[in-house]
Amino acid sequence: MEASDVLISAALTIITAATPLAFAALGELVVEKAGVLNLGVEGMMIVGAVMAFATGVTTGSAVLAILVGAISGALISVVFGFLVLVMMSNQVATGLALTIFGLGLSALVGHSFVGMTFAGLPNLNIPIVSEIPVVGPIIFGQDGMVYLSIIMAVAISWFLTRSRAGLILRAVGESHDAAHAIGYSVIRIRFVAILFGGAMAGLGGAYLSLVYTPLWVENMTAGRGWISLALVVFAAWRPWRAFFGAYLFGGITIVQLHIQGFGLAIPSQLLSMLPYLVTIVVLVFISRGSVRQRLSAPGSLGESFYAAS
Amino acid sequence: MSGIKILNKLRNAIVGGAAALLLVSGAQAGEPLKVGFVYVGPVGDHGWSYEHDQARQAVQKEFGDKVKTTYVESVPEGADAERVITKLAKSGHKLIFTTSFGYMNPTLKVAKRFPNVKFEHATGFKRAKNMSTYSARFYEGRYVVGHLAGKLSKTGVLGYVASFPIPEVIRGINAVTLAARKINPKIQVKVVWVNSWFDPGKEADATKTLIDQGADVIFQHTDSPAPMQTAEKRGVWAVGQASDMSSYGPKVHMTAIIDNWAPYYIARTKAVMDGTWTSTDTWDGIKAGMVKLGAFNKALPKDAVDLAKSVIKGIVDGSIQPFAGPIKDQSGKIVVAAGKVADDGMLAGMNFYVEGVVGSMPK
Repeated sequence: MEASDVLISAALTIITAATPLAFAALGELVVEKAGVLNLGVEGMMIVGAVMAFATGVTTGSAVLAILVGAISGALISVVFGFLVLVMMSNQVATGLALTIFGLGLSALVGHSFVGMTFAGLPNLNIPIVSEIPVVGPIIFGQDGMVYLSIIMAVAISWFLTRSRAGLILRAVGESHDAAHAIGYSVIRIRFVAILFGGAMAGLGGAYLSLVYTPLWVENMTAGRGWISLALVVFAAWRPWRAFFGAYLFGGITIVQLHIQGFGLAIPSQLLSMLPYLVTIVVLVFISRGSVRQRLSAPGSLGESFYAAS
Repeated sequence: MSGIKILNKLRNAIVGGAAALLLVSGAQAGEPLKVGFVYVGPVGDHGWSYEHDQARQAVQKEFGDKVKTTYVESVPEGADAERVITKLAKSGHKLIFTTSFGYMNPTLKVAKRFPNVKFEHATGFKRAKNMSTYSARFYEGRYVVGHLAGKLSKTGVLGYVASFPIPEVIRGINAVTLAARKINPKIQVKVVWVNSWFDPGKEADATKTLIDQGADVIFQHTDSPAPMQTAEKRGVWAVGQASDMSSYGPKVHMTAIIDNWAPYYIARTKAVMDGTWTSTDTWDGIKAGMVKLGAFNKALPKDAVDLAKSVIKGIVDGSIQPFAGPIKDQSGKIVVAAGKVADDGMLAGMNFYVEGVVGSMPK
């Protein structure tokens, strides 16, 4: 195989590895911007994965499968939203419970789908431009969900920084008491954000079970929800950084695999570790108050809101 | 003094009473024997844990209502395992199978605390009076498919998706390499470690990487069917791991190396029932039926299948030894001299690559 072919193939693999992370991380970013920490990303992802796969296999429709993946991710996040916002339960504990619940539920639902395969999504080969050597297949020859993830990154970035609704959402996340005092419904805004985060995690899961590895096996997310959570922190709550962070995390994994295949003597564990190391460093920094502000962590992140007046 | 005597009497009475109780419970023939299983992955992994669960179901089927089997799946190796095993032992299970290498120390710890419970640990090397070990000579199966790969590879590069650098996995890599180079001495084996037993996404990525780097036969020593599926998509041959994975790669599934634990599990359960159970160390292969090869793909050329079948026959009758010398390591140094065969001790602790494997082993 030619060097350029290896390069194209590696780039394609990186895109596949990054896309589910990008979906889940962008969704969680919006949730956290609204001041809610949802640790249940892994659970919502896996439910999205199993429901999308089940729909895809049963109906044969990829579009329907993707939709169902997003909807089921949002539906399961309703449980989290109700407990955290209405019952005012602890966000960390509820999020962890959601992950465990999601893993169990998906195993139950997916039981009869073990051993089946799905054809995958067609690549949208945009005519003419997708035939440009090297760049063509990488930029113009992807499946629809990859483009959707890019559109979502643009849309979320615009929404948070340029729109009035985004400003309100950020206000709720920065200081729910102040937002409440002005007259915004903190609970309602947060609920919508949680639903959106659930749908995005569901999309990430759907990408896993429809495109990445078009099959269903229990626990197939294998920790990607947690990586997405780390990505949000790593990106310091900025959508574009989260998006490119997903490519960086995905990229390091793939490069590391290629290095091994070529037999170079760089410890693979070290490279696999790098993204997490950076995340830990960021986490340590943001736990210090002054840096926390500079990194733009939402002020009310993880705190329950109680409308006292 | 008399106080101590009374205490002694009391103790004797209690011990005697306990013995009597034991006898009573032993006499209750109607009570089913409780057998516990601990799995490292989900039973739906369609691989390693799946096959152990198939064997559990075979035990249940064999003995009907005379046994009651329980399983706990996706138990992380380490402290959690000890808790799960203890719980099984406490809740009246008399025979407990712990089915992953990393359960070795937790199983041993629990075995010491429950001398009346029998433990069976898969793929480990530590034993006790009430703890046996068992494993299968998977490398025999890998040696067979290594011949197929040597015959079918056009690029001369084989790809190996590996989990962790433990002797079990290294033995498999070496067996494939030795076999393939018997057929084609120019064969090179590229190994990618994914540092996980089960991560479909990463396994698929590793498979793509290997294919991009020229591999045209894919082996896996990880548990999900993702490498098989990726190989199908790219149109290169692959070998199923632990279970038959042909549904994931109908065109490229050469065969599968299948773990067949059922006969062993049934025999050991029977031994506990009969009271003949003793601590043993079992390491069986193709001959005893613990390792089986799946159906050969119809698209395989006939001479390749015949070759594989003759190797199986040779392993069964003992005329073929996968680790017979001369074997050279990567540096070209002879590690097993001509005319000699690597003994089980060497196999159990294997920590070097043979000649033909590319790259260095992660330390």
